[in-house]
Amino acid sequence: MTSVIVSSPFVAPGNKLRRLMLQVIIALLPGTLAYAWHFGPGVIINIVLAVLFALVFEAGILKLRAKPVMPHLADYSAVVAAWLFALCLPMHSPWWLVLIGVGFTMIAGKHLYGGLGFNPFNPAMVGYVVLLISFPREMTTWYLPASVSGETLSLTDALRYSFGNVDIGQWDALSSATPLDQVKTAVGQSISISEIRTSPVFGEFGGKGWEWIALGWFIGGLWLLLTRTIRWHIPAALLGGVLGMATLFYLVDPEIYASPLFHLLSGAVVIGAFFIATDPVTAATTDMGRVVYGFLIGVLIYIIRVWGGYPDGVAFAVLLANMCVPLIDYYTQPRTYGEK
Amino acid sequence: MLKLHHFHGGLHLDGHKTESLGRGLQQATLPERLFLPLRQHIGEYNKPLVKPGERVLKGQVIAANPSLICAAVHASTSGVVSAIGDYQVAHPSGQSDTCIVIDVDGKDEAVESTPPDPGELTSSEMIERICRAGIVGLGGAAFPTSPKLSRGKANGIDTLIINGVECEPYITCDDILMRHYAAEVLRGTGYLRQILQPSRTLIGIEDNKPEAIAEISRALAQNPLANTEIIPIPTIYPSGGEKQLIQILTGKEVPHGQLAFDIGLFCQNVGTCVAITRALEKDEPLISRVVTITGDNIGEPGNWEVRLGTPISHLIELAGGYGHAAGGHLVMGGPMMGFSLSSHQVPIVKASNCIMVMREETIPHAPGYHDECIRCSKCTEVCPAQLLPQQLYWHARAQAWERTQEFHLFDCIECGCCSAVCPSQIPLVQYYRAAKSEIRAAQKAQFKSDRARVRFEFREKRLLLKQQKDEERRRLKREALQKKRASPGTGEPAPDPVQAALERVKARKKSIQEESQ
Amino acid sequence: MILAIITISAMAGLFGLVLGYAAVRFKVEGNPVVDQIDALLPQTQCGQCTYPGCRPYAEAIASGEAPINQCPPGGQATIAALASLLDTEVLELNAEHGEHLDVPLVAVIDEQTCIGCTLCIQACPVDAILGASKHMHTVIAEECTGCKLCLPPCPVDCIDMIPSQQTIDDWKWSAPPDLLQEMQDA
Ligand code: SF4
Ligand code: SF4
Ligand code: SF4
Ligand code: SF4
Repeated sequence: MTSVIVSSPFVAPGNKLRRLMLQVIIALLPGTLAYAWHFGPGVIINIVLAVLFALVFEAGILKLRAKPVMPHLADYSAVVAAWLFALCLPMHSPWWLVLIGVGFTMIAGKHLYGGLGFNPFNPAMVGYVVLLISFPREMTTWYLPASVSGETLSLTDALRYSFGNVDIGQWDALSSATPLDQVKTAVGQSISISEIRTSPVFGEFGGKGWEWIALGWFIGGLWLLLTRTIRWHIPAALLGGVLGMATLFYLVDPEIYASPLFHLLSGAVVIGAFFIATDPVTAATTDMGRVVYGFLIGVLIYIIRVWGGYPDGVAFAVLLANMCVPLIDYYTQPRTYGEK
Repeated sequence: MLKLHHFHGGLHLDGHKTESLGRGLQQATLPERLFLPLRQHIGEYNKPLVKPGERVLKGQVIAANPSLICAAVHASTSGVVSAIGDYQVAHPSGQSDTCIVIDVDGKDEAVESTPPDPGELTSSEMIERICRAGIVGLGGAAFPTSPKLSRGKANGIDTLIINGVECEPYITCDDILMRHYAAEVLRGTGYLRQILQPSRTLIGIEDNKPEAIAEISRALAQNPLANTEIIPIPTIYPSGGEKQLIQILTGKEVPHGQLAFDIGLFCQNVGTCVAITRALEKDEPLISRVVTITGDNIGEPGNWEVRLGTPISHLIELAGGYGHAAGGHLVMGGPMMGFSLSSHQVPIVKASNCIMVMREETIPHAPGYHDECIRCSKCTEVCPAQLLPQQLYWHARAQAWERTQEFHLFDCIECGCCSAVCPSQIPLVQYYRAAKSEIRAAQKAQFKSDRARVRFEFREKRLLLKQQKDEERRRLKREALQKKRASPGTGEPAPDPVQAALERVKARKKSIQEESQ
Repeated sequence: MILAIITISAMAGLFGLVLGYAAVRFKVEGNPVVDQIDALLPQTQCGQCTYPGCRPYAEAIASGEAPINQCPPGGQATIAALASLLDTEVLELNAEHGEHLDVPLVAVIDEQTCIGCTLCIQACPVDAILGASKHMHTVIAEECTGCKLCLPPCPVDCIDMIPSQQTIDDWKWSAPPDLLQEMQDA
């Protein structure tokens, strides 16, 4: 008869880690496709490379740590982390850049702390920030969306970027700063927002192409909410934080401060709100704590964008908020049943 | 219409109730032997009142304890006590406990009973009779009913809540009981009203039991009780938990460290109401109960009225035997809060509401491997006790017992919601149970060591005192002696005792010599 | 420069004051450390620690005379508790003093053999033996701490130490296999 003592409940688990991660991957698809549509196949190459490297790293480290390899690989958490990391890279990053970044993501971001569940910092953001600081030139060379440059790189060209011995600088004709960059530099040179907005990289609301990508992330985010993979607190508070700050300063002086919609639709705000800040491991855990956490990130993003040294602040904001998580969790503990 | 409230969290689960509802209520036959554990309730052990070889009659008290928190055990049928010894009982440990074994003679002869007129009884007489009948809460907790009633009566009860919720999947014994014994349920409710004098009575039944609601309503219409309402409540697990039901019906929370009757509420299960009715109207003790036998490895799932002490194997036979493969996994209770049984010889006791016979494959086994907690808080969302299960888990695993208590480990009702939703499939409840066991054991050890310290210190004091006394006595003696020596002038010097003794001996010798001459 | 020095000194002074005030205001009224240590010791009073009872050992620990790893009945749990109380390192139980038993022992007197010499009564540190001169003696099982001190004085060797009876209530749920542990072992 029964020999092992098993504790109730005796029900098949409704959620599975793997299922959650698959939902995230599905939700990433619309945004990723929009991204690739506007910026060419380089995006896809980055993702494929990053995922491959991540799986190799993960398997290798698990072996070293004498942990079961297959169950961990099969939970897809490495795939999601690598995917998110790859989305932060400029398209046409050389393969070694991806390798180094994924290495930091998986080793310094995840396994040095004890693996999935123990890392205090969002692994993808760790990898990204390390690259941003170590390779500023490679990491800030962005390309014009196809709709602006009128050129689409073929797959072979894109592959040559990734694996060829090509100096990035040679393709200056195609490269350009991101809209966020431009706003930043412009304001630095006291050019007004309405003047820069005439530049071809700007679309109706945000950067050209970027609006569509943001829409893609937004649809994915809704999917995550519908499938109850994530809950509304963090995205809502984060978007609220960004919009609130942007509206406030826009009302103060619309010539220096870009419109709230511009802030919302450019850069990584939407993907940050739905995909990056909602990484459960590094986010706050209580409902109230999540609101505080999301709002904090939103405010920090705006502050870093407008007054900080970097054009976009999602990565730094998320890492800074990660640091505050234990504190937030501690002070937002809910009341237990029967407690006064 | 009463406004219903919500409790935090909870789960919508597959009911699996229809399987066992198709065949109505069946009367189980008598097995060959009954195994009656000495203790079938929360509280102290009973002492056996019979000896092996003795013949016992149905309803005869065979084990009891004068302590208040206790419920006597009665012979469920007539027969001969063949042994008193350790047999496997319904306990998650799979261990044995003392049972009285009765070889059933099949005559089912009952002791003589003296049914009173319940209308004539005072409330304390009623409680007395309920106590003698060995009635415990039949919803699963098995807390003796009479002390609960006395405490409730002393505290004053505003709302009496009759629990017909039965929220756990698979279990249907209360449903069937309400359908078949609706009148008795209500008469029992009436007696409880007589004892407790509440201002209102609420009968809570989950809305997935329309037949039960209809039967109870019909019975209530025929036999109206003052201020009594039947409240259908939404189906969500664990709405049948006492605290959760109170929250749904009254919006009140039982304050931390208190019990329901401290805030004027009293919950009782429908099965217990029937037992009370039988005890008061027929002077019949608690010797049987309705048990659901269900699961995916049983031939004909259903509900049986079973004599206490009947081995589960007998019930499995009645229910058409194992479905697929013999054996399988036996669970007493439901899938969320029940526990595995180590043997099919385990007897039905007062707390057994359901026996699940499952295929091994459907039971998720304690996995050797589970993923790490990803802090997703899905557990927090569903916890009806509003705890932070992931924090509890973290501290329980680190064996930081004090921290687990700061996070209110002992408020966890072990409902299993958190384990059921955890994407990392962490057996959270098992961690909590282990932590609770460890803390309780430590408290017990602490209690013992505190006593030992008191006794040790007492002994040290006693020894010290004795030593002081001895010294004092010796000092006094010495002083007295010195005094005597220091004052030779008073009167004649005392004769030397040795000299005196020698003289006495001489004198005697002399007298003996004289006699012999 | 000077401004910086002044600001920083002023801040340091301020914090010092606040901390000093807090130390006075929120002073922990603790019972003396010996009591706290004694509260953690198992009170078996067996003397295996080489001290005549738990309290003397507590005093020895408090005065720094004895290390915290000499109490076998307490075992590793007691050592951990002491280490956290005294904020010192957790040590391994010193095997010289004996080994820890999971199930506590209890003394039973073979009542057929007992000659009623009362020697064990005098040895028992917690007065757990009942009896009178020339009468059979018996152990109150609930009060016996399992210290074994009654064994040596008995002239007829009629006392046995047996594991105390474990009932179904003493059973403990075991935690699932611990992954942290596995990780450290690996
Ligand atoms: S549900 Fe599981 S993984 Fe999620 S926070 Fe709770 S314990 Fe952790
Ligand atoms: S088992 Fe305990 S911690 Fe888990 S959901 Fe139920 S009450 Fe909450
Ligand atoms: S070894 Fe432990 S239990 Fe025995 S006397 Fe010393 S401190 Fe007390
Ligand atoms: S009876 Fe013996 S073993 Fe028990 S406490 Fe007394 S002396 Fe120690």
